[in-house]
Amino acid sequence: MSGWGATALGMPALLATAVGVLAACGAWLVLRARTYPVVLGLMLLGYATNLLLLGMGRLRDAAAPVLVAGDPAQVAYADPVPQALVLTAIVIGFGMSAYALALAIRARAATGTDHVDGAAGERAPERAGGAPSGPPPGR
Amino acid sequence: MLLALLLLLPLLAAGGAAAAARRGRAHASWTAAAGPAAVLAILLAVAPRVLGGEVLRAHVPWVPALQLAVTLRLDALAWLFALLVAGVGALVVLYAHYYLPRDDRLGRFHALLLAFMAAMLGVVTSGNLLLLVVCWELTSLASFLLVGYHARDPKYGAAARTGARTALVVTAAGGLALLGGVLLLGRIVGSLELDAVLAAGDRVRRSPLYLPTLALVLLGAFTKSAQWPFHVWLPRAMAAPTPASAYLHSATMVKAGVFLLARLHPALAGPDAWTLLVGGVGMVTLVFAAYAALWQHDLKGLLAYSTISHLGLVTMLLGLGTGTALAGAVFHVVNHATFKASLFMAAGIVEHETGTRDMRVLNGLARHMPWTAALAIVAAGAMAGVPLLNGFLSKEMFFAEALDASQRGLVRWVEPAAALLYGACSVGYSTRFVMEVFFNADGTPLPRVPHEPPRFMRLPVELLVMLCVLVGVAPAALVGPALLAATRDALQTPAPPVSLALWHGLNLPLLMTVLALVGGVAIYRARERLWAWHDRTLPGLDGAALLDRGEAGLVRAARRVTLALETGSLQRSVSMLLATAVALGAWAALAAGRGGAAGATAAPPSLPADPASVVVWALLLVTAVAAARWHRRPLAALVATSAVGLFVALAFVRLSAPDLALTQLLVEVVTILVLLLALHHLPAPATAPAAPARRTRALRDLALAGGVGAGAAALAWTVLRRPPYGGAATSEVAAFYLRQSKPAGGGTNAVNVTLVDFRGLDTLGEIAVLACAGLGAAALLERMRPVAPAATAAPRDPERHPLVLAMLARPLLPLALVLAAFLFARGHDLPGGGFAAGLLVAVALASQYLTSGIAWTTRRLRLRASRWLAVGVLVALATGLGALAFGRPFLTSVYDYVPLPLLGEVGVGSALLFDAGVLAAVVGAVLLTLERLGLVGRAHERGTRTPAADAPDAPDAPAVEVA
Repeated sequence: MSGWGATALGMPALLATAVGVLAACGAWLVLRARTYPVVLGLMLLGYATNLLLLGMGRLRDAAAPVLVAGDPAQVAYADPVPQALVLTAIVIGFGMSAYALALAIRARAATGTDHVDGAAGERAPERAGGAPSGPPPGR
Repeated sequence: MLLALLLLLPLLAAGGAAAAARRGRAHASWTAAAGPAAVLAILLAVAPRVLGGEVLRAHVPWVPALQLAVTLRLDALAWLFALLVAGVGALVVLYAHYYLPRDDRLGRFHALLLAFMAAMLGVVTSGNLLLLVVCWELTSLASFLLVGYHARDPKYGAAARTGARTALVVTAAGGLALLGGVLLLGRIVGSLELDAVLAAGDRVRRSPLYLPTLALVLLGAFTKSAQWPFHVWLPRAMAAPTPASAYLHSATMVKAGVFLLARLHPALAGPDAWTLLVGGVGMVTLVFAAYAALWQHDLKGLLAYSTISHLGLVTMLLGLGTGTALAGAVFHVVNHATFKASLFMAAGIVEHETGTRDMRVLNGLARHMPWTAALAIVAAGAMAGVPLLNGFLSKEMFFAEALDASQRGLVRWVEPAAALLYGACSVGYSTRFVMEVFFNADGTPLPRVPHEPPRFMRLPVELLVMLCVLVGVAPAALVGPALLAATRDALQTPAPPVSLALWHGLNLPLLMTVLALVGGVAIYRARERLWAWHDRTLPGLDGAALLDRGEAGLVRAARRVTLALETGSLQRSVSMLLATAVALGAWAALAAGRGGAAGATAAPPSLPADPASVVVWALLLVTAVAAARWHRRPLAALVATSAVGLFVALAFVRLSAPDLALTQLLVEVVTILVLLLALHHLPAPATAPAAPARRTRALRDLALAGGVGAGAAALAWTVLRRPPYGGAATSEVAAFYLRQSKPAGGGTNAVNVTLVDFRGLDTLGEIAVLACAGLGAAALLERMRPVAPAATAAPRDPERHPLVLAMLARPLLPLALVLAAFLFARGHDLPGGGFAAGLLVAVALASQYLTSGIAWTTRRLRLRASRWLAVGVLVALATGLGALAFGRPFLTSVYDYVPLPLLGEVGVGSALLFDAGVLAAVVGAVLLTLERLGLVGRAHERGTRTPAADAPDAPDAPAVEVA
């Protein structure tokens, strides 16, 4: 049943809904108070963005932009420009996640909490109770 | 060239003086003096040509698109001002050598002074209005630094800082207004070149933009020249060392405003608005400041208000708008510079010798320093306008102009009355200056017993006072030609008849002078009663305090706005950001909808969905929602997220993007590793009971997330429903890349060719970003003491690296490396390439870290992740730069086919080298992050280890224990 409507609408509908759901889940996670879900949320937002970017070149079936012999103009290829964009975005997405995680770990060591604001919020009592805290960030 | 030297030589001397200061203050001063001396020599050399009517020009385009050019233009008006700047500059350098304390090396002071001189010469000689504004602001900056020269002094520091800040706030704000005015002028005239603007006076005055232009230009001029009510900064700027006050705040910089008014006279002067604003503000300033100077007790304070008053005089003359008035204004600028600079220097000598500038303490100095007293008395006489001195001449011209204007004006007596009042007050404060400092010996003890200053400290004062007298006695011979030429060039018409004679007969101006002298002495006699009356009747209105209050209020308001928006809560900021994005997106969508959805005509042929795609789609949705739902269970959320990544990779496969699928898959592996490692250092959150406040927040977040999702989906849907590129199969760019991929890039994989060739610069930037992220993460984790893992974390497994796993993983390494080499080599023609190969190498090495420990692995492989990173970025950069060596643009690629045994023809190109750089950078960034994450707290743990754990080859630094 679920497949019927989607099939009727085709791949664009699938992609659009996937982008929407990924973005929604990513936004929800980014709004959490702990650092770890925020990083996961950034990753989901990254997936949504990459799919959206790929969609800008329109959806093509079995048309990878790898040229075959003969005049390339006669065969329809997928747009290579968004693909090149997304490829580097994927790698940089890793860099960003890694950096965000390092930041989260360092912040926890410095403040003793993994709350995104580095303090307070809901965990204030726990901190007062002597949660271990790292050295000052200045080493 | 000669003109450029005018600006470059002082700059050169500035640098030289700063450097020479290391060898002693005399070296610094001599080097510094060379700057103004050279400028003076140039000016004197070109004097005959310039005064004869020639205009020297030099033009170098700078930013043609902005009409910004270095145009230098030296006519007689600029020449006269430049002479003033260089002449007083030379004297001030000499004076400062003696004035500043012996322990001051003078390098910084002279450098600032000469930098100011260069900027000021730029203001007067620039032939492009934008350049003029740039130099104008530079003089403000130099003034700021010089007023704050003693900012670190324990005693004077506070005043220096306040003075510097006030000066900068007022003059820089004025400079901003001036920039606006200049741009408007450029808009009216169509050019920012001074010649064009001066020639287009009629067009400017008729333009509907005339009033705003005039207002903005005047704001700039009035703030710089300390006109009421913007004068407040000048008395405070007296915190500057006295040589700087003499130079910047009386002789030159404050004259920049009136210079600008004289310079733009042909373009702006004439309309009633000009007369009212310039003349009116000048008149108010003239009287107000002369009156205020009467009750200053600080010597420099008195001189500062007197300066404001004299600037008001010049402004008022310019406001009158006639040619003779302009001549008088220019003449008074020169006269004021000579007598006021010498008075400042005399005040500096007094302070230097006695340790105070307070006129209530000072008395009877004529006995101790008769020569200095004589000089100061003559200069004060010039300030008061006593006959036979230069101040008298220009004041007579001013009186005559005031009388003349009252014949034409609506109110007949205002100008002469103001002039008379000013004259009396100036005589009053000049008398007070002389009497209270040098006479009136009332026995008040001085902080120090004074004597005459060093011979050469007095020399600048002597020269200036000599000029006052000579000009006063023989004006026509000394300054006549220069003054007439300057007036001619300022007006851009033949000079009006200006009579520079000493004696004009018994006329009304002379009567006014006599009245002023008598009135001034009377004011001096009655000063005690006047002050008492002043204190009784006039409220203590302090303009500077008003400015401070306004400033503080502005800061408070800004802080309130900031605090309202930014509370330090990330969640709040992010939610506001997302809400704004959703709202703007919805607004744009609605606006576009009203516009009639243009272009949504024929939907493109839709790609039907096959069952497999639908299954992957459904799984993707489920895992994404699961990741969000399980945000309190990090491990579960991590698994769900990585599953999402895998399904996205499948989507890439389906949508004809094999390169993306490959990259996504490999990135997924390293990302999971990083996420797992990080999990160990972050606490497992406690499941808190759902408080009502939390529930409303969750509802708000849900709504927001829904909005974001709906917006993103709508955007994607809208785009996908539209026919691409106006009906063409691909965009023009894409078509070009596809067509040229093989012939120009030498590869059939259009994506890879795009990355390493067509868009190589982007890729270079991207690996640089990746390197920054990796280094940043490493730096954050460097030498960090870990917090104890959360209590819920599993205890460390003593058998960290199961032997079976390690033995299985080791043979995998060479296999994986071969596969990576394969991916790399074919990347240019088939899916693969530097990014994918680099990730694969990183995964292969990371698997060794996992199974055998980082230390074990790095000991054997001698890996230096940071070096890979650096080498990668540098190789890519060097490949790009290599093209330059062959005279081609940055990152031009070359390739050729090289026949190799067994493999046949293999394409080898510089792009391959570039891709190798990409590979190395990716390996470096990934490994660096993994290593540092894995090694967090290793050094810290060492001390508490059991000996068994340190057994050889039982890896000593098992970092990846969670995995």
